[in-house]
Amino acid sequence: MNTTPLMPSTDEEIWRYSRIGELRLVDFAPASARTETIGAESLRSTAALPGIAMAHPADVFAGLNREAGEEITLVLPRGRVVEDTVEIVHHVDADGVLVRPRLVIDAGEDSEVTVVERFVSAGGVRSLVVPVLEVRAARSARVNYVGVNELGSATWQIGHQVALGARDSHVHLTTVALGGDYARVRAEVRLVEHGANAQQLALYFASGSQMHDFRTLQIHEAPRTRSELLFKGAVGGSARSVYTGLIKIAKNAAHSEAFQTNRNLTLGEGAWAESVPNLEIETNEVKCSHASTVGSIEEEHRFYLESRGVPPEVAERLVVLGFFDDVLDRLPRGVDVSPMRAAVADKLTAEVAR
Amino acid sequence: MTTLRIEGLRAEVAGREILKGVDLVVSSGEVHAVMGPNGAGKSTLSAVIMGKPGYRVTGGKVTLDGADVLAMPTWERAVAGLHLVMQYPTEVPGVHVDDVLAEALRSRGRDTASLGAEIDREAARIGFDPSLVTRALNVDLSGGEKKRNETLQMAVLAPRIAILDELDSGLDIDALRDCARRVEAATHESSLGVLAITHYVRLLEELKADMVHILVAGRIVASGGPELADRLERDGYGAFV
Repeated sequence: MNTTPLMPSTDEEIWRYSRIGELRLVDFAPASARTETIGAESLRSTAALPGIAMAHPADVFAGLNREAGEEITLVLPRGRVVEDTVEIVHHVDADGVLVRPRLVIDAGEDSEVTVVERFVSAGGVRSLVVPVLEVRAARSARVNYVGVNELGSATWQIGHQVALGARDSHVHLTTVALGGDYARVRAEVRLVEHGANAQQLALYFASGSQMHDFRTLQIHEAPRTRSELLFKGAVGGSARSVYTGLIKIAKNAAHSEAFQTNRNLTLGEGAWAESVPNLEIETNEVKCSHASTVGSIEEEHRFYLESRGVPPEVAERLVVLGFFDDVLDRLPRGVDVSPMRAAVADKLTAEVAR
Repeated sequence: MTTLRIEGLRAEVAGREILKGVDLVVSSGEVHAVMGPNGAGKSTLSAVIMGKPGYRVTGGKVTLDGADVLAMPTWERAVAGLHLVMQYPTEVPGVHVDDVLAEALRSRGRDTASLGAEIDREAARIGFDPSLVTRALNVDLSGGEKKRNETLQMAVLAPRIAILDELDSGLDIDALRDCARRVEAATHESSLGVLAITHYVRLLEELKADMVHILVAGRIVASGGPELADRLERDGYGAFV
């Protein structure tokens, strides 16, 4: 790298629980991912639009992406409704590389699209993926995005999602994180006009020595805006997860509603999860709630299933899949959840065998 | 012919002795009612037989056809032929009844191909709305629906001995009748042996008990035929304390 950006450290509150201290940027040489897209052809624009939602890079990693990211730009003209789900897959094949995919979705008035973006690498690939998603949803636009982390257990990811919602728009951001060594996502929605609506979902499951780290921001900057967040995670082995979420309601955002729920299941003695919800509310007349839990599978649940003759490891699989069900149920139409359910089941099987 | 044999069973909860030497024998096709006032140890008895965490056995034996039940983990007790119909069926979010039954059949080495049809048949028989089968276990079910659900699971799994822990609590009279009749039918159709734990006599109006046992302060203080329940109805538990 030519420049030496200033790396954050765990002394900073927002990186406090992270593994950022283990990262040496010089170990990774810039390279391209092998990217496939399905169904995006008619929407792709040659003009790059970085900054339409994230005006300034939020940290050094967003900065690295801004500097030299490889952008896929999807532009939806007014009224355009895309029926089929757009699929983008980034394969990180090489070891020791830094890849910087950027997806920018500029959704015009009353347009609609669903995009699934998958990040894939093989088991031993020690590379760093620094993706950025920017969404700008114009008046009444409906944008559904699902990011799926299927990275190998040696690959790092530090990603950003920023969505900007105009009047009466609906933005739906989901993260499914099963892979990676250390995988962090900062997911921000900004509701900037009357009636804008956002939903944020995540399903994450870290096993072995993986760590999943999420920071979410629900920012309300206009009246009668609504955001709802449901993040559910499991940790097994000696894995760790962190969730830090902020609801921020500005003075001019009266009659807004914001909900934030984070639930974590710890599956082993050595597993660890942390959940830190925060509220910053500058106006009255809002409806807000946040709930967060960290705990192991309830003994009562186990006993109930085992009393039917279900062996303990199968009971655990049923309970964990059941735990994730309300996230999977809320995924946008047109997104096939059966591979995700199967991947969770496979991880549980591997967890038991370990 | 299967026999569940409980001999001198003693157990404690949180260091306090609740069961102080219980003896009971239940064989195929028989219905035994265990009745007792609150705090007598009725629910503890069912919990200990099934291996619920939090209970410590301090003495005695429980065997199923000679096999040491207390040495088995809970799921093996079920596979061996014991079934507990719970007083307060646990709500398990996101876990569906049909999935649980499929896994329960698999662990018994039984075929799951006809499970769907079996569930439909049993649901019709006890008046359980079949659409509830694909819902999460006991979540948002009424008291009566929960007990119908419990009874349906018992009927599909076809255990050899069923322990009913206060089947008659928290449900309306119609649901009680439907559930009790289904259990009663199983005693004829598949020689199910039943240990019915209850506080009230009304359960025994539908479920014909062969034997009635009065449990007071952790001990069986009286055993007899159905007439014992009539005496209880007339004189109350006070006569047995």
